[in-house]
Amino acid sequence: MDKVRSAREAVSAIKDGMTIGIGGWGPRRKPMALIRELLRSPVKDLTVVAYGGADVGLLCAAGKVKRVIFAFVSLDFIPLEPYFRKARQSGAIEVSEIDEGMMLLGLRAAAWGVPYIPTKLGLGTDVVRLNPQIKMVDSPYDDKEWLAMPALKLDVALIHASRADQRGICQIDSPDLYMDDWFARAAETTIVSCDELVDTAHFHQGDNARSVFWERNVTQMVVPIAGGAHPSSCDPLYGFDMAHFKEYAASAADDGIEAYLDKYVTSKDEPTYQSLVGGIDAIRALPLPVY
Amino acid sequence: MTQQDYSLAELMTVAAAEAFRGNGEVLATGIGLLPRLAASLAMKSFTPELMMTDSQSWMLSEPNNVSGRAVSDRQAQESWMGFSRIFDNVWSGKRHAMVGPTQIDAYGQTNISALGSDYQNPKIQMLGVRGFPGNSICHANSFFVPNHSRRVFVAGECDVVCSIGYNPERLPRGYSFDEIDIRRVITNLCVMDWGGPNHQLRVLSLHPGVSLEEVQENTSFELAVIDDLAITAAPTPEQMAIMAALDPANSRAKQLKDNPVGDRRRLEESRNV
Repeated sequence: MDKVRSAREAVSAIKDGMTIGIGGWGPRRKPMALIRELLRSPVKDLTVVAYGGADVGLLCAAGKVKRVIFAFVSLDFIPLEPYFRKARQSGAIEVSEIDEGMMLLGLRAAAWGVPYIPTKLGLGTDVVRLNPQIKMVDSPYDDKEWLAMPALKLDVALIHASRADQRGICQIDSPDLYMDDWFARAAETTIVSCDELVDTAHFHQGDNARSVFWERNVTQMVVPIAGGAHPSSCDPLYGFDMAHFKEYAASAADDGIEAYLDKYVTSKDEPTYQSLVGGIDAIRALPLPVY
Repeated sequence: MTQQDYSLAELMTVAAAEAFRGNGEVLATGIGLLPRLAASLAMKSFTPELMMTDSQSWMLSEPNNVSGRAVSDRQAQESWMGFSRIFDNVWSGKRHAMVGPTQIDAYGQTNISALGSDYQNPKIQMLGVRGFPGNSICHANSFFVPNHSRRVFVAGECDVVCSIGYNPERLPRGYSFDEIDIRRVITNLCVMDWGGPNHQLRVLSLHPGVSLEEVQENTSFELAVIDDLAITAAPTPEQMAIMAALDPANSRAKQLKDNPVGDRRRLEESRNV
């Protein structure tokens, strides 16, 4: 029942050609330390499902990605993700662009073990034209056509939580869990990095169990990495690193991804990365955004 | 301050607020500072039944200020409204979103995904379709356009059709246009709706000092015009006060290039002095 792994051990479960889902939203609570470990691995030809931010941008730029299934890729305060943009504009990746709600339905279908969920989302738009693999169905109850949103089955889900115990109980005490519960449930293997590893007794106290959104048998591996969402946020522990995102975005216009990866990722472990961005205390001091 | 001393941003915000008048208990979502200010103004004045989020994960009984807030500021949160729960609301239809598309075509279809004729290799990758496809077939939508131009109001169809509109060729089997609810279009030149013949885009009011010719010239397709074409109503002193209270840092002054005056005729007058 000890599911604690190192980032390298955990990420080694990801093989060429797999479909991976990434939790979080844009620049918020992304499992970035796991993404960096994936960037250091030889894995390629991934299909990535995400409400995307720099996770998607980095994987595309590093040549890890065959196809992205997405509704948006954005750094929020920098609206257009620079490396995703580059990858798209150079035709380097295949895409399947769907509505945000369709992605939610696809994850739910996978979690529930049904082949599709009927919906009107996407009808009448280019989502239908550009995704010929998505079929329409008749309803036995009315005369309308319905879009059959296929299950988005994930080989692996990568998620960053606030806390977890070694048995895979994961707590998210950010104001929003986004679709993380559905990513976890849609996956064969769910890998959760967490800012804090706690004893099980932690969940017995107060309302802590209320912010556990999936059961421990949904989580296969736990990777404790304080600050592991950096440069994305892990509200309420730390905000996103605007200066780092600006440097990242600027690198797309200047020296390119190689320079960024050389500086922060390649041949570096996570402690080295963190020291390069100011250390865990600096990460934990990053202010929360105001909307 | 005389009543004419208002900015174009304030005029547009008041006109945008009108889109939410009488909407009742729907989630009013304004994407971008001015649409959000507009929805907040509507909720604070003539349509208090409106519902609103903190743009993150809570429903609010009172709208937050759109500027000048600190992380520690309290907010009047009344229920949790995380990302997944937003869709429960979207799919119920009880929502009116005001969004700022990059392209809008004569059918009311919009684009925020990508520009260029080759989708596999777009000239400019933008955000992606986001929630536009689902929003457009589930609930009411209005558009906010800070730069009324032919680049926004495009000929033919949008490069990527992200939202369903009134295009007969794209109407799904069994559906009717009655199920598609595109409301107002507020631009820096005028206010429009889709109430022309066959849902043609129709000019309802011109902003003070703007001509119909200028509006048509900056639109790549033919516009209808309402019989009693009006001049867009100026903000009232009460509305100016509510906007100032909701936006204490005056971020509304930074939303349009050079923060133009609301009544161009005043500008002409001052030039002639």
